[in-house]
Amino acid sequence: MAGRNGATLPEPQMVIDGVSLSFGGVRALSEISFNVYPGTIQAIIGPNGAGKTSLLNCISGLYRPQEGQIRFEGRNIIGLAPHQIARLGIARSFQNIELFRHMTVVDNLMLGRHVHMHSGVLSGGLYWGRAQREEIAHRELVEQVIDLLEIQAIRKKTVGALSYGLQKRVELGRALAMSPRLLLLDEPMAGMNSEEKEDMARFILDISEEQRTTIVLIEHDMGVVMDISDNVAVLEFGLLIAYGTPDEVKANPRVIDAYLGREHAA
Amino acid sequence: MSDATLPRLLMQNVERLGDRVALREKDFGIWQTVTWRQFGEHVRAFALGLRALGLQRDDKVAIIGDNRPEWLYAELAAQAIGGASVGVYQDSVAEEVKYVLEAAEARVIVVEDQEQVDKIIEIWPELHNVLKVIYYEPKGMRGYREPYLAHFPDIEELGRAYDREHPGLFEAELARGQPDDVAILSTTSGTTGTPKLAMLSHRNLISQGAGLLAVDPLGPEDEFVSFLPLAWVGEQMITVAAGLQCGFTINFPESASTVQENIREIGPRVMFSPPRIWENMLSQVQVKIQDSTRLKRAVYEWAITQGYAMADARFSGTPPGPGLRLRYGLARLLVFEQLKDHLGLRFLKRAYTGGAALGPDVFRFYHALGVNLKQVYGQTESSGLSVIHRDGQIKFQTVGTPLPATEIRVAENGEILVKSPSVFSGYYKNPQATAEVLHDGWLHSGDAGYFDEDGQLIVIDRAKDVMTLHDGTRFSPQFIENKLKFSPFIKEAVVFGGDWPFVTAMINIDFANVGKWAESRQISYTTYTDLAQKPQVYALIRKDVERTNADLPQAARIKRFLLLHKELDADDGELTRTRKVRRRLVAQRYDEIVDALYGDQGELELETTITYQDGRMALIKTRLRVEEMDQAPPTAEHQPARLVAR
Repeated sequence: MAGRNGATLPEPQMVIDGVSLSFGGVRALSEISFNVYPGTIQAIIGPNGAGKTSLLNCISGLYRPQEGQIRFEGRNIIGLAPHQIARLGIARSFQNIELFRHMTVVDNLMLGRHVHMHSGVLSGGLYWGRAQREEIAHRELVEQVIDLLEIQAIRKKTVGALSYGLQKRVELGRALAMSPRLLLLDEPMAGMNSEEKEDMARFILDISEEQRTTIVLIEHDMGVVMDISDNVAVLEFGLLIAYGTPDEVKANPRVIDAYLGREHAA
Repeated sequence: MSDATLPRLLMQNVERLGDRVALREKDFGIWQTVTWRQFGEHVRAFALGLRALGLQRDDKVAIIGDNRPEWLYAELAAQAIGGASVGVYQDSVAEEVKYVLEAAEARVIVVEDQEQVDKIIEIWPELHNVLKVIYYEPKGMRGYREPYLAHFPDIEELGRAYDREHPGLFEAELARGQPDDVAILSTTSGTTGTPKLAMLSHRNLISQGAGLLAVDPLGPEDEFVSFLPLAWVGEQMITVAAGLQCGFTINFPESASTVQENIREIGPRVMFSPPRIWENMLSQVQVKIQDSTRLKRAVYEWAITQGYAMADARFSGTPPGPGLRLRYGLARLLVFEQLKDHLGLRFLKRAYTGGAALGPDVFRFYHALGVNLKQVYGQTESSGLSVIHRDGQIKFQTVGTPLPATEIRVAENGEILVKSPSVFSGYYKNPQATAEVLHDGWLHSGDAGYFDEDGQLIVIDRAKDVMTLHDGTRFSPQFIENKLKFSPFIKEAVVFGGDWPFVTAMINIDFANVGKWAESRQISYTTYTDLAQKPQVYALIRKDVERTNADLPQAARIKRFLLLHKELDADDGELTRTRKVRRRLVAQRYDEIVDALYGDQGELELETTITYQDGRMALIKTRLRVEEMDQAPPTAEHQPARLVAR
């Protein structure tokens, strides 16, 4: 379970501790427990309906699990509103693109900085003093994100006019613009062709390496997951059936069952 | 000037221009500036850093990457301590990189980023005597542990420390440099085989730049955008050889995908580009105009007609009448100024095209807009250029007259010979190849050409490519290809004919433009291959072939053509890194297609294996159709100017 850099187990950054979630009679998550370590890439995989997105929604505050705790840097975040969680340093991107389609890429990214903006209505409205200084500082950070994701050429383009692959990249950029300590990515490569996937995988690795941001991602493409993740959690029908390094998980008979649908008797 | 070396020119500029802006690079959305003084400091620090690593005089430093200040720092630093630089095209695959590194015996490799580092790591076990691999873009490099890797600023730091320990060393090394020392090894484009490394001395390059500036003066107030590979001799010539002498500001774009936008922001005063860039820009205009409203289209059509009339008047040397002048003025006001502004050509004093022949139609277009576009002619072996158009004497079929101190002769067999201070001393470690092209100081260019009645040089084509048609006329396939490529729908064309009874063409459609055209007509398609074989697309291209044929003499007309199922690609060796077609290789690789063009079956079943970038292979089956042109003979009164035959 050591990170890619061979370090011994550090303090976990986030502890998911016995989380259960039900919708009426349907049990979406049952007593899920695992740790996410700082600076790692943590994948969550599983068949459709396994509860992956539900778990991500619990972390980002969209769902409130009935049981268990999610402790981020020592603090239980269950019950906090999504914007409060965002302010703690957890950012996310969505499976379906949730950008402001009629705004430019820069403006969308600047919105990502919103949680960090402090100037009041008055100075903001007049764009004077602190507001101006703040805007410049934020813009500088946004430019670093643009540079990291290599989207210079589309900086001033309207998001709606971009290709799907680029929109996904901008969505990642907006989450990144929040300068999060933990980044949640819900299927960042869904619907991409293999070249776009490769690019995206490279950007995720760059983010992890350059900014030491912890990344939790849901992904269906096994090749990508096994290539870039440090740890993998496997969910099936709301249960955590395996957890470990990609190699450990690949060798786990329950995972093979879940993915190949083999009879238990075999 | 006679004892000048490139780094000494730089140091003179540091004295002369000090805090004026030497370089600009767009980074993080802002144009960041480097003054001449800072430029000099970087070169000094990096030069001593290289020295500290153990680089000796005559050692070679290879540089691979997009155009950035560090590219120039590395080149001039190597030269300052008596070494030479060799640029490698940044899109080269690992195998090509290895070839150049080995041929040049590079001792230090300066690369841009992770992408290039990965190539070097791949070939590292086969490289010998390399001291260090130095990268200047650290993104993604954090996890790399290879001991031979170093970050550019760290080497500069090493150099500054070395400077403190060895005061005066830099000045001494700088003073030891001789004008006849090799400054750069420049890869030839290699249309006919593997590239060779031409040794160009400081004197070669400086006399080259001086010649260009004598014809077309430039100064420190001028702006230039450097966006073509610095490994290309043309970019070296203008950016380094001319740039260091006139002191203009060199601007580097933010990324390859923002070049057009960045050119517009800078509004350069001078440009030097191969035909491909001018062709692309023209295609863009043609496509955008087609997409625009009917009124705008009508205004554009009217304006461009005036523009062509004006350009033709200027070419023929007849002064335009007052009516035409008035109409042209209006056209300029309504259309051309805006168009030039969009293309970033508004402030151009002049622009050059070279490296290959530019089609006369494209040439006329820019002159219609009022862009002072000039042909130049030269080759890597003559430091880039030796013949150039003079203001007021521009004829689109010629490449102009020789530069000062340059002699041009046409040999008995029609081959163009060049003698000048810019002609190289030979290919690196290849005396045999040198002996083939250098005789008594005359460079044998391998190009066929002749002088017209005004003493301007006309270049026909590579002598080996000139075809003799069945009726005995000699003809340039490139001329026909350029005519075809005037169409925004045709990206590349290869014309065959020399050894066969009639002329045929293998055509690459322009995926973006034809794709857009198809979408607007609700023609659905999946891939490039699919689109290329649509009957409607054949009909579309057929019109362009007809247009081309109308301007050609009977024997040179294209009788059959075929749309190729894949784009010719430099990664597959079909194009050189400067995007010229390797004619012979293409003819060999597609011999089945050539057979089909000259056979009678009318179509061809083709199986090709393609290798994806990740190494997977796939077998693709396609059926290619051969289109037959009617041979109704319209009279060819309009004889093209570049038709050879003397």
